Amino acid sequence: MNLVKQTLASLGTTLRIMSYNKVGFAGFLMVIFIVLMSFVGPYFIPLDTVTKVDKIFQSPSAEHWFGTDHQGRDIFSQIIHGGKDVIVVAVIAGVLSTLIAVTFGTLSGFAGGRTDAFIMAITDVMLTIPQLPLLLILASLMKFENVTSLGVLLGLLNWPSLLRAVRSQALSLKERDFIEAARSLDLGTTHIVFREIVPNMMTYIIISLALAMTGAIYAQVALVLFGLVPFSGSNWGVMLSLAWVRGAIFFKDSVWYIMMPIAAIVLLQLSVVTTTRSLELVFNPRLRSGE
Amino acid sequence: MATTFDATQLPVEAERKPSRAAGFLNSFLLRRLLKALFTAFVVITLTFFLIRLLPSNPIELFIQELMVQYSMPYHQARDQAAALFAIDLEKPLILQYFDYLGGLVRGDLGTSILSPGTPVTSFIKRFLPWTVFSVGLALMISFTSGVILGLLMAYRRESLLDHILTVLASVLSAIPNYILGILLIIWLGVRWGVVPVAQMRGSLSPGVQPGFTLAFFQDALFHAALPIAAYVLTTVGSWMLTMKSSTISVLEEDYVTVARAKGLKESRITTAYVGRNAALPLFTLLAISIGFVVGGSVLIETIFQYQGIGYVLLQAVNRRDYVVMQGVFLIITLSVIFANFFADMLYSWLDPRIKFGAAE
Repeated sequence: MNLVKQTLASLGTTLRIMSYNKVGFAGFLMVIFIVLMSFVGPYFIPLDTVTKVDKIFQSPSAEHWFGTDHQGRDIFSQIIHGGKDVIVVAVIAGVLSTLIAVTFGTLSGFAGGRTDAFIMAITDVMLTIPQLPLLLILASLMKFENVTSLGVLLGLLNWPSLLRAVRSQALSLKERDFIEAARSLDLGTTHIVFREIVPNMMTYIIISLALAMTGAIYAQVALVLFGLVPFSGSNWGVMLSLAWVRGAIFFKDSVWYIMMPIAAIVLLQLSVVTTTRSLELVFNPRLRSGE
Repeated sequence: MATTFDATQLPVEAERKPSRAAGFLNSFLLRRLLKALFTAFVVITLTFFLIRLLPSNPIELFIQELMVQYSMPYHQARDQAAALFAIDLEKPLILQYFDYLGGLVRGDLGTSILSPGTPVTSFIKRFLPWTVFSVGLALMISFTSGVILGLLMAYRRESLLDHILTVLASVLSAIPNYILGILLIIWLGVRWGVVPVAQMRGSLSPGVQPGFTLAFFQDALFHAALPIAAYVLTTVGSWMLTMKSSTISVLEEDYVTVARAKGLKESRITTAYVGRNAALPLFTLLAISIGFVVGGSVLIETIFQYQGIGYVLLQAVNRRDYVVMQGVFLIITLSVIFANFFADMLYSWLDPRIKFGAAE
């Protein structure tokens, strides 16, 4: 019981700190809302798959909140069902590339010498190759049957700029007095890395994670939109792609079909980015002193 | 402790000391040039082995395709594939690699699979200039306006203008560039009908001849306007925000206070003292931005049907024209490497400190 109370209390404190930044907190609430909508929503709102010829391209009404698509299907239900894949890919790719960036960026910064030179040489080459063209070519050579493999590929490509940021952070931390103090006290590498360095880099890690996730959303929707990943079913990228191909942009009532997935994608991007402002406050106490 | 007078003299002395040859060998630019050449070499090697070693490599896929589509026997399909990719499949891989390198040196990138007889280099000659033109112009517009607006935001901190521009910058940089392109077409082109999107397709109107004529430049700008708008709108936000925070920290520097105390004109302080120094860190970001915008050109050019090299790449990917894919990808990457090197040169010209110091 005590543990539950403690957890709730610290969760409460965290939320209170996050709410200091109004914009960031709004973004955070929006992320929660989109995640709940995409993962819990499908259990309550069934996906409309029935073609209704008499209801093609309708504008929003009480019956169809977001209007209907080129086959007369309800767009609202597609939006509810279409977020899950996008979020899963973003999280897999984001976590993977952050993991790579943090591990090797810290290693590079602290080890220095040849290890550093080697890691940075690879990073610089990767950073120069334009990601999207490479991704397009890889997508044409490989077959992506599922969401996980796409997420892993995006994660494997998206780390270089994050790694540079983490490395420069590690380089500046290395010279700080408290690390020197921990060394002279002989606290051990594990202690220094996990109790001194990682907490001090947490802000960067969290921001890196958010940026990697938005990068993954950008890339995966692009791949689906241009038909390079044969995903079917409901996915915001697939909806956008279909609406674009079916000429939904040309009629007043059909514009809803293309605007809804656009709104969903942009809203998700924007709320992930703004959430970082609140998360900064949680992980970097120096930032909240003014409040 | 050195006196202030000596400290200001020091960098000038350091500049004169090393002989020209030694200075060149250690120079920032030479190191950058070597790095660029190394990167180019890695990319060339990577492209070759990616095409040849992947389990479903394009040559095998192409052989399979020929066998299925034209019911060719395996060796005939293989010969045809070898001819098109300009690769001798009988040789050991390492020798094939040297052949490939030799071809590159002679400017031979192979021949298109789907448009037989068309060398990849002719695609590049025809389509690359349009991408360089539109992307280059967009980067310049975006960078300059981002720097000016960021400076303005830092000077008018916490004003209404600052808040509006901050929100605008954050929202714009969160929108993927191809989605912004679609939005421009939907609203400006179709719904409000302000812009004739259909006429703006392609890179030039039919009948307009390239040359140093006003009509040509007008037409080129007309066709590039929407892609440029999409690049600028999606990148200007991050320039604005970076410039703003950079300016705020420069404004607190002592030399700005000194300049004010000396009674220099505010306009001179803004341009020569604050603006120039605050913009410096942005040049290091220019390299990353070039890669991102050039990569994005694949999508933007396809959305607007602007016939640049990105458009050709996506067409080749969709039609599985591996020879064109390989060649165009290589050229795109090499141009990014070149652009990065150019950005580095610009940076070292603007900030002479990095030529000598270890600061990078």
